[in-house]
Order: sequence, then structure tokens, then C-alpha cells
Amino acid sequence: MKFGVMKPHRRQRLVVILFLLITVGGGVTFMLIALNENINLFYSTEQILSGAAPKNKPIKAGGMVLEGSVERSPQNLEVRFLISDMQGHSVPIIYTGILPDLFREGQGVVTEGMLEDSGNFRASRVLAKHDENYMPPEIADMLEEKHVQNKSWSEIP
Amino acid sequence: MIPELGNFSLMLALALSLGLTIFPALGVRSKNMVFMRTGSSLALGVFLFMLVSFFCLLYAFVNDDFTVTYVANNSNTALPLPYKISAIWGAHEGSFLLWTLIMSGWTLAVAVFNRSLTTDITARVLAVLGGLNVGFLAFLLFASNPFERSLPFHPQDGADLNPLLQDFGLIVHPPMLYMGYVGFAVPFALAIATLTAGRLDSAWARWSRPWTNAAWAFLTIGITLGSWWAYYELGWGGWWFWDAVENASFMPWLVGTALVHSLAASEKRGVFKSWTVLLAIAAFSLSLLGAFLVRSGVLTSVHAFAVDPLRGVFILVFLILVVGGSLFLYAFRGGLSKNRANFSWQSREAFILSNNLLLVVSAAAILIGTLYPLFYEVVSGGAKISVGPPYFNAVFVPLMGVLFLFMIFSPFSKWGDTNLRLVLSENKWWILSVIIGVVITSFFLGDNVFFKGLLLKFLAALILFFLFKNLLQRKTKLSASYTGMFLAHSGIAVAILGVVVTTYYSEGKDVRMEPGDKLDLSGYQFEFFGVEKVRGPNYLADQGEILITRDGKKVAILRPEKRFYPVAQDVMTEAAMHVTPFRDLYIALGEPVGEKAWAVRVNVKPFVRWIWFGGLLIALGSFITLFDGRYRAIKEKKARLFSAEVAT
Repeated sequence: MKFGVMKPHRRQRLVVILFLLITVGGGVTFMLIALNENINLFYSTEQILSGAAPKNKPIKAGGMVLEGSVERSPQNLEVRFLISDMQGHSVPIIYTGILPDLFREGQGVVTEGMLEDSGNFRASRVLAKHDENYMPPEIADMLEEKHVQNKSWSEIP
Repeated sequence: MIPELGNFSLMLALALSLGLTIFPALGVRSKNMVFMRTGSSLALGVFLFMLVSFFCLLYAFVNDDFTVTYVANNSNTALPLPYKISAIWGAHEGSFLLWTLIMSGWTLAVAVFNRSLTTDITARVLAVLGGLNVGFLAFLLFASNPFERSLPFHPQDGADLNPLLQDFGLIVHPPMLYMGYVGFAVPFALAIATLTAGRLDSAWARWSRPWTNAAWAFLTIGITLGSWWAYYELGWGGWWFWDAVENASFMPWLVGTALVHSLAASEKRGVFKSWTVLLAIAAFSLSLLGAFLVRSGVLTSVHAFAVDPLRGVFILVFLILVVGGSLFLYAFRGGLSKNRANFSWQSREAFILSNNLLLVVSAAAILIGTLYPLFYEVVSGGAKISVGPPYFNAVFVPLMGVLFLFMIFSPFSKWGDTNLRLVLSENKWWILSVIIGVVITSFFLGDNVFFKGLLLKFLAALILFFLFKNLLQRKTKLSASYTGMFLAHSGIAVAILGVVVTTYYSEGKDVRMEPGDKLDLSGYQFEFFGVEKVRGPNYLADQGEILITRDGKKVAILRPEKRFYPVAQDVMTEAAMHVTPFRDLYIALGEPVGEKAWAVRVNVKPFVRWIWFGGLLIALGSFITLFDGRYRAIKEKKARLFSAEVAT
């Protein structure tokens, strides 16, 4: 095809269409790649204990913080606690940093991080509920409760 | 009595909105001028009754009328007065009342400032806006009425406003944001009106421009304020989270940005008209989608309101009607404008086209990322995923990089054709020296992340350079449009610099501190003196005291707080900051981790203020374009014609 002898408006239209195709095609491809690399799947404590959750990959885990399980290091900001589905499946969480304002024993949290070979879950982020009546939907589903009220959501990674 | 009056006003407003939808439309159909002109007075009526209703809720809040459920849930006798007022829009029902009030305000504005429109187009626009008012009012009255009473067993005192919202941010952020969201209804209504009338011409674009720019400026301010608020209130110094609801406001902003630019091309050159109409529809549809996401509770987010399936369904149906209806209309009428476009790939038209593509693609990428968890859950049968900031950064930042590259040449670009080679060869030494200048300053800032963000800094510096060079070379008097463009584009460059510097040069640490402990960070020394109890109007707080010194000289004493609100049973982090234009020192208290030890978060954030200053510059620029002579000239000419008619 001789690009040079095309009528100006045709040529222009061709340029526009090519540009459009490249931008949109490139954009979509790029988006899908990025999306596949960056989704975090949620796993219940039962799935984690049974080995259904992948190790050393970023995932989310959630449950209720077991009463009396929170231990702090006297030197730094490391915290360890157990999260449970209240049916006997509990997973140890290790987190270094500042916990969210509403992190409390006996309440639901969602953590993001990686499951280590040792079976500990090293969290990079802990999310806690921001309201007495609120339960993160993942945990609510996990505990198979029907009544969920959602108000707001606080996080401090 | 007053709440009932408010409720009754809402009903009257709904009735008048129905009239506003029907009568002008009937007038258009039967070519009856009297019917067509009913729009203005009906619009005024809707607005007045909305205002009455709003003041009724205000009255209930100020007078602690806890028989009103909404007041009881979101206020308290101990709540300071400014927060009692802003608590009106602190939760779902009241914020939607504000939304609808603003909607009726924009409708009234259209009814007043429409002289450059023909009577039938005005009637069509007002009918569309009337229809939207009907939808919002019906939602208010039937699914989320703020005036509902909890008689006879009403609480003695209110449950208090969510402590997170007891802040100046709540006073200013939602009204500005809603002005923007709802403001896009005007270009939307005009697009629908011209589609139904079958007259897509340049006059349409000219009339849409100031409205679009105004709405877009408000949205810009709203988003900027939201970012600033999140920064100091959420307690960890982040300024953007890619939270689902932030995305919900950012998508209409991106498409609105595309619209602002394509309207310019449509007005000046008569090109892209169908596309512009589609953008106008998309911008408002995304605003509605935002409302749906925030209010239906389908996504978890900082902002999500209470879940109520009825509300979700209602907004979803409304959304489908509006989006589906307008796209259907577009499919039939959108191809009406056939124009022969003549522009080269170096022309300003081409630059605007690339701007539009990049902005729309990035908005689409954000839309996909935001909704993907929903799709995934449905497709996979309930598996929960989340899409985090890495996705959004990976997709958004490169797209913006390309956009900024095109932006460099915008002040020099010309309609039809630009001699890009000439511009480049004339400026090659300048460009080189700007790049070397950036490298040298980066070097002297002494960073270990030398190359990260360097490209973006080049782009920002070059955008600023070409803007100023063009400004100095201009011989004609500066128009408001040009000044606005200049400020808005500079604002983008300033914001880029802020984002890049604060992202790559910030230092932060979460540490365990006991009284007397010292921490060195970024050349500052932070000494922790301990924590003491203080009492606020409706909270108790642990207040830390930290002395900041630099080279032995005192910089500031900061007192961050951990507040406990007994009524709401809520804990809140109140960060303390020392601010200069070039850096923020940011300290937040974590939790007590020992006898006297506390977890303390210390951040040094250079240039972070530039992000918001840039945002405000963008909005200011956009407001200034409203004063362009072009729009006023038409008005005066029409006014003269009008007075001449009266005189004869």
C-alpha cells in the first residue's frame, strides 16, 4: 500500500485507526497482565491449615483474633497473634508495625501477606473493622453468618 | 413539626420535578412556547423546596432533635456545632439530601443562565435535568429518607458522628465533590437534548464548555481535599490509596478531563462531536456509578455507607435507565454529525485525540480494577479477591507518562497542523539544559534512588518550561482561556513534582519509643517525652509530646493524639504535623506497647504539599476559563437583542 498517495483524509483516518488500535490493544494487554499479577485471593484459616493456600505468594487471610493470643515483643513492634474461624482452625500471624485503631482481641481482622514454609503467616498489612456492627464480608461468609452490617472500614498498613 | 415540614418539602420538590420533566417536554412536542418556558419557574420551585428541606434537617441537627432517627444516629449533644452542621452529610441519607440539593441548584443555574440557547433546547435540557431530579428525589423519599422519626421510643442522646468524620475535611470535601459529580449532569443533559433535537453543532459545544469546566473544577477541588484529608486523618501519611471509592471519584475526573479537551476541539474546529457527546454521557454515568458503589456497599472501602439492598437495587435500576437510555439514544442519533476533519497528526486536534484516548484508557483500566473483584466473585462462585495498589500503579503511571509527554507540546500546538520539527529544533538546547538541570538538582538532593522518577521529573520540568516560554513569547493580551490553560497545566506539573518527590524521597519509620528515646531521620532528630491524658469536648486522649531538632536547633514540638470517643466507643489517631512548603514532618501515635512505651510513626515527607497545591492550581485555572470573553460576548449580544425587543 502506498501511504504517500492516499487522499489526505483517508490517510488521516488510517493513522487515527492505527493509533487507536495500538493504544487500546496495548492498554488492554498490559492491564490484563497487571491484573493477573496483582490480585490477592482470600483464604480461610481452614484452607490454610489444609494446605490449600499457596506458600510465599501474596494472599489474604482472615478470622477472629483469639482472646489472649496477642503477644508483643519487648524490643520492637513485632506482634504475634492467632486468627481463627471459631471452629478450631487457627493460624499464627506475625506482623511488625502499628496495628489499626480498632484491632482488638475477639474481633475480626483481614490480613494481607505471605504464608511462610513454617506455617506462620507473615502479614504486611492488617485491616480491622471500624464499627461494632461491622464484620469484613470475607469473615462473615467464612463464619456463615447471615446478618452483616457494613459501616466503615479503617486500615493502617 | 419541622422534620415533617422537611419531608413535605421533599414531596413538593418531587411533584415540581415531575412537572419539570413533563411540561417543557410537552411544549417541545407541541411547539408550545408557554409550556416550554415553564421550565425556569419549575426549576426555581424545586430548588426552593430542596433548600427548605435542607434547612429543616439543619434545624433538627442544631437543636439535637433525636426523635429524628438520622440525627440520633449521627449526632450527639456534646458534638461541637460545626460538626453538627456537617454531620448533615456525614452519613448516607443526609449526604444524598445534599446531593439532591446540589442537583436542583445546578438545574436552577441552567434555568437562569441559558440566554445563548434556543428556547426549545433549554426546554429539553431542563426536562432531562428534571427527570434526574425525579430519580434522586424518589430515592430520597422512598429508600433513604433523612426525616424518618423514631417515635415514640426515641433515644435520649445521639450515637455521635463517626469520629473519623469529626473534622474540617468533612465540612468541605463532600460538598465540593458533589458539586463536581452532579455538575456533570449539565453537559449530560445538553448532550441528550442535542441528540433528541438532532442538532450537534459548535454552539452546543460552546455552551457546554463553561458548565463542564465548572463541574470539573469542583470535582478537582473535591478530590484534592479528599486526598489531603485522608493524609492527615487516617494516621499514616498516605495521600492516595486506590480505594474503591477514591477510584469512583477519579474515573469521572479522568473522563471529565477528556471531555474538557474534546469540547475545545468540537467548539473551535467542529471535530469529534459524536465522541464528545459520548464522553459527556460517560462522565455523568461514571458519577452515578460512583454513587452506586459508595452507597450499595458492594465494595468494602473507607467510605462505604451502610448496606441496604433496597438502596443498591434502586440506584442500580436508575443507573441502568440513565446509562442504557442515553446510550440507546446515542446509538440512533450519535452518527448525525458528519464532518470532514482536516488535521495532521501533529496538530492540536491530534494531541487532543491522544489525550482523550490515554485518559479514557486509564479510566477504563481503573474501572476494570475496581469492578474485577465483583466479577471474580460471581464467576468463581464466591472466591474473594482484592486488586491492590500495585495493579493501579503499574497500569496508570505509564499511561500518564505518555500523556505528559504529549502535554509538553500543548502550548505550542496549533489547530490543523503544527511544525513539530521546527519547535524541537528551535528548543533543542533549551530542552537539553532543562534535562541537565533536573539531573544536577537530583544529584544535589543526594538521593540513592537517583533514576527512579527521573523521567517524570524531566516531563514535569519540560511541561513547565514550555508553558513559561510560550507565555513570554505571547504578544497578544492574555485571554481567560489561555490563562486558565496555563494555570491548569502548571498545576499538573506541580502535582507531578509533588507526587514524584514525596514518593521517592519520603522517609518513615514505625518505632517503639519510651520517654527519652531519640530517633534520627532525614537529618532531623525526634525525641519522645512521653504521653499524657488530655480531655477534649467529646473525647479523651493520650497526647504524646515529641521535640524535633535539626543540627541541635529546635524545629517544633509536636503533640499527636490517640483519641477515645466514649459515645461512639471509637478510637481515632490524630496525627501532628509541622508543615513548610518543602516538607512535612508527620507524627502519629500507634498503640501503647509497654509500661510507658508507645508505637510511634514518624514520617518526613518532602514536597507533599505540592500535590494539593497543584490540584488547587488546576481547579483555579478551570474556574478562570469561565470568564472568557467568548461566553460573555454572546450573553451581552443576546441581552442587547432582548432589550431591543422590549423597547420596541
